Amino acid sequence: MENRTNDYSHIKGWGVDADPKNEPTYPMKKYTGDDHKRLNWERPPLQEPTVEVLKSIERPNLSAVIGTSTPPSGLSGSLRRYAFKYSESTYAHWLPLIMADKINVVEGIIEDLGKGHIPNIFAEKGWGWEWKHNRAAFTRKLVIGAAITAGVLVLLSSKKKLKRSW
Amino acid sequence: MLAMNFRGPFRVRAEQKPYPEILHPEDCIVRVTRSCICGSDLHLYHGIVPDTRVGMTFGHEFIGEVVEVGTGVQKLKVGDNILVPFNISCGRCAFCKQELFGNCHESNSQATAVGGIFGYSHTAGGFDGGQAEYVRVPYADVGPTVIPANMDPDDAVLLTDVVPTGYQAAEMGGIKTGDTVVVFGAGPVGIMAAKCAWLFGAGRVIVIDHVEYRLEFVRNYAQCEAYNFRSIGDPVVFLKRETGFLGADVCIDAVGGEAAGDTMQTILGRKGLMTGGSATALHWAINSVKKGGIVSIVGVYGPIDTLVPIGNVVNKGLTLRANQASVKRLLPRLINHIQEGRLNPKEIISHRVPLEEVADAYHIFSAKKDNCIKPVLIPPSARA
Repeated sequence: MENRTNDYSHIKGWGVDADPKNEPTYPMKKYTGDDHKRLNWERPPLQEPTVEVLKSIERPNLSAVIGTSTPPSGLSGSLRRYAFKYSESTYAHWLPLIMADKINVVEGIIEDLGKGHIPNIFAEKGWGWEWKHNRAAFTRKLVIGAAITAGVLVLLSSKKKLKRSW
Repeated sequence: MLAMNFRGPFRVRAEQKPYPEILHPEDCIVRVTRSCICGSDLHLYHGIVPDTRVGMTFGHEFIGEVVEVGTGVQKLKVGDNILVPFNISCGRCAFCKQELFGNCHESNSQATAVGGIFGYSHTAGGFDGGQAEYVRVPYADVGPTVIPANMDPDDAVLLTDVVPTGYQAAEMGGIKTGDTVVVFGAGPVGIMAAKCAWLFGAGRVIVIDHVEYRLEFVRNYAQCEAYNFRSIGDPVVFLKRETGFLGADVCIDAVGGEAAGDTMQTILGRKGLMTGGSATALHWAINSVKKGGIVSIVGVYGPIDTLVPIGNVVNKGLTLRANQASVKRLLPRLINHIQEGRLNPKEIISHRVPLEEVADAYHIFSAKKDNCIKPVLIPPSARA
């Protein structure tokens, strides 16, 4: 970054209309002027990364502390690494992350099965509560959902047969 | 240890995970005694926050007992009962120094727009959260605060997010004595924003939502007016009529990106994930506030572009004010409000659920079943 001298004497009227009360961030921000020092604060001790941590390209370094939950892995991890080549200001960053999240759900099921664990999706969705406390309405909802799904499947398969017969 | 484990949209479970470790000299480990599910956790649960990874533990509203401290921790000791603000803040960066503790620059490598938040996706730093028996808490000397001896733990846990967020929503509204304040959303934060608006001298407080039991709750709890937008016609026209056709003095968006009420916003923002969420509440707030008025935003939106009538912001000369709550800044004031009986947050807790039943708790809260206002999870080690 260019070093500025903070000498504005050559600008006629510099600062004459500055109004410290014109501060829409009050009272959230207690203005100290530290913003103008940019990244020159005394940093906390730096956490040693023990897992892969992706870093926004809008900053020069990792933050002093880092989260270590669920590092990127598999196909979703590759997509996440790709996303982090782009800034938070672009769809190229966010859309791959959204896609990675969806792939990650499938990876999670595969991981469960790989460990010999069949995920109890009924319980994970909290439907156990519905079954216990709201059985009639819940059953009706399930039946209607199943009927609509079956109807759509039948419709799709009959269209396919129709095309083949032509 | 037992912890909540995210498996995909609308799917969570409680299962055993490794005990957290001290990874930085300023860390501490907390044995969680209470952990809430926040309305913003539902955005994660519904799969609308990018980079929410399978296997993560959510939870940014929790209290507990310090069981281990890093070598650099000076102010806390083992055995302290603490409340932990949802934002992770270093206390040393340019933003923390200016009390913007929700905007710390040393707690999230993965995005620059938001500081680190416990259990809130990798977009907010990738830290496991407090819906668990134990949790790692970075910068233990900065945010975490010892719970006053006479404070009910149920009040304390709500000081980690919902009370400061509701309070800051009202504070950012710049409410003047006698102002008409409209709060969009009767979830826990909206309820608290309505309650806090009186502390700033509001003359009239109106809450808009569509969930009848929540409207009934906020009417009683916050002593305000509350209307169902499904039964008042166009909410903007309704509010104009109610405010002498000039508009409210202050509007607060306490809904965020999962607002109901507009089909286009719902399709693009909630179902299609093509925008940063359904901005219906914010849209109404901008159009319902008076010219030169203030719109305060605490609702959570995704990082992608959001559909708001920015032209009306310009033409009406509005001031938009928004931020994640700066919990640490607000704590002394809010602890005093609770101790003086001006705020009684624990009354919004509607459900106490064992951590083992976390999937049921998320479902009940998300589907607005059983008149749920605010669920609290209790880990097994806290029940012993």
